Amino acid sequence: MTAPPAFDPSRHWRLHPQVALRDESFGALAYHYGTRRLLFLKSPQLVALVSSLEEFDSARAAIDALVSETERPTYTRALARLAASEVIDVD
Amino acid sequence: MSIDAAPQAMPLRERFTQGLDAPICLTWELTYACNLACVHCLSSSGRRDPRELSPVEARGIVDELADMKVFYVNIGGGEPMLRPDFFDLLGYAVEKKVGVKFSTNGTRLTAERARRLAAMDYVDVQISIDGALASTNDAVRGTGSFAAARTAMDNLAAADFGQFKISVVVTRENVTQLDAFADIAAGYGAQLRLTRFRPSGRGVDSWEALHPTADQQRMLYHWLLDRPDVLTGDSFFHLSALGEPLDGLNLCGAGRVVCLIDPIGDVYACPFVIDKEFLAGNVRDSGGFAHVWRQSDLFQSLREPQSAGACTSCGSYDACQGGCMAAKFFTGLPLDGPDPECVFGHGEEALAARPALSLPQSTLGHSKVDSHGVPLPVPTPVRFRSSARV
Repeated sequence: MTAPPAFDPSRHWRLHPQVALRDESFGALAYHYGTRRLLFLKSPQLVALVSSLEEFDSARAAIDALVSETERPTYTRALARLAASEVIDVD
Repeated sequence: MSIDAAPQAMPLRERFTQGLDAPICLTWELTYACNLACVHCLSSSGRRDPRELSPVEARGIVDELADMKVFYVNIGGGEPMLRPDFFDLLGYAVEKKVGVKFSTNGTRLTAERARRLAAMDYVDVQISIDGALASTNDAVRGTGSFAAARTAMDNLAAADFGQFKISVVVTRENVTQLDAFADIAAGYGAQLRLTRFRPSGRGVDSWEALHPTADQQRMLYHWLLDRPDVLTGDSFFHLSALGEPLDGLNLCGAGRVVCLIDPIGDVYACPFVIDKEFLAGNVRDSGGFAHVWRQSDLFQSLREPQSAGACTSCGSYDACQGGCMAAKFFTGLPLDGPDPECVFGHGEEALAARPALSLPQSTLGHSKVDSHGVPLPVPTPVRFRSSARV
């Protein structure tokens, strides 16, 4: 198994093709069919961000469009953790 | 693991206690038929029930789980591989992207079937043993059952199945063999999974003699802390009261994030409470499984804040949440009091103070019986087919 790529916000990211999301009141569950890991996305805004990453040229562009300035560092860190868990995938 | 981008959000555990739109961890027992008769069987399995779901109904359940986005289902029994439509159902579930983790005693996991399983995506296999030695295992699961399970493991390894799981219910007799279990798993490149022995099903009769002692539980807790790679199904959360919490949600998920669909379609709050007290409905009722999960009175009430009862004054209540509902229920303890295996000994005090004859007697068992309806002794020897077909 190869290590997931490091999170580079200037690149184009998307929901990993083997990951399914299920909306819940707190955010969403994310299940990776390959690693069989279940993760919890703890805010609806993070779910919206992850779901629309693919439409933007880069993760940074998506964050800039969808997240308020003060919260951008938090969401950038959250995406980095999702990249490490292979919930999102560089494309 | 949780990805937290909103620090003000309600803690996840609190969210989970209020229930989710669909279960995270759903157990589906396909049949009450079993060719073993383990002394601790949580579902008192043995005889097939004539009311079991038909192949068409079973596929209907898969459809519903797919619609609810249940990512995977834990399949058990009875022995699920005894169901004639077992592989059809597996294939159908995988096609619908409902992953399958199934538990088996291994007696029907032939070399040919191992190769079929190895060719499928999204299927995990868990083989049960309850001793690292045949003598320890067979005393609980029946003569020959250890050899059969090892043959199944060999078959999976030979078929290049990949990482399977070896599942062990921790007892007073096998708790001294934890390192040996880890060695067996390592030998196959398999994952070890340890789960808690609850006094459910036939376990109600064997629990007193077989559940680990207080000293053994402390040893187990430290052993698990040192080995985060050992899976536990989140089942030892009562031990988290000893200090550092074990990995997992550390809460009773019954009716909140967990439930059981039994072979006849009855939906219970968890796999360990097959009793009418915890029956929420049936998948054949109008509205199906989703309606039972979302609307049943029982599940609604389990998602209300629960009273800590006698545990209110204990400083560790947050860590253990009062322990396991099933363990309390089947030992005749109040549900809002300590777990019978409370690490501070409050459970033992409560057990000693129980009124005589207070144990609930379940009438729902499927143990094998003789021609007079009298349960046959357990464990019974496994009747093997010829080695080519085992």
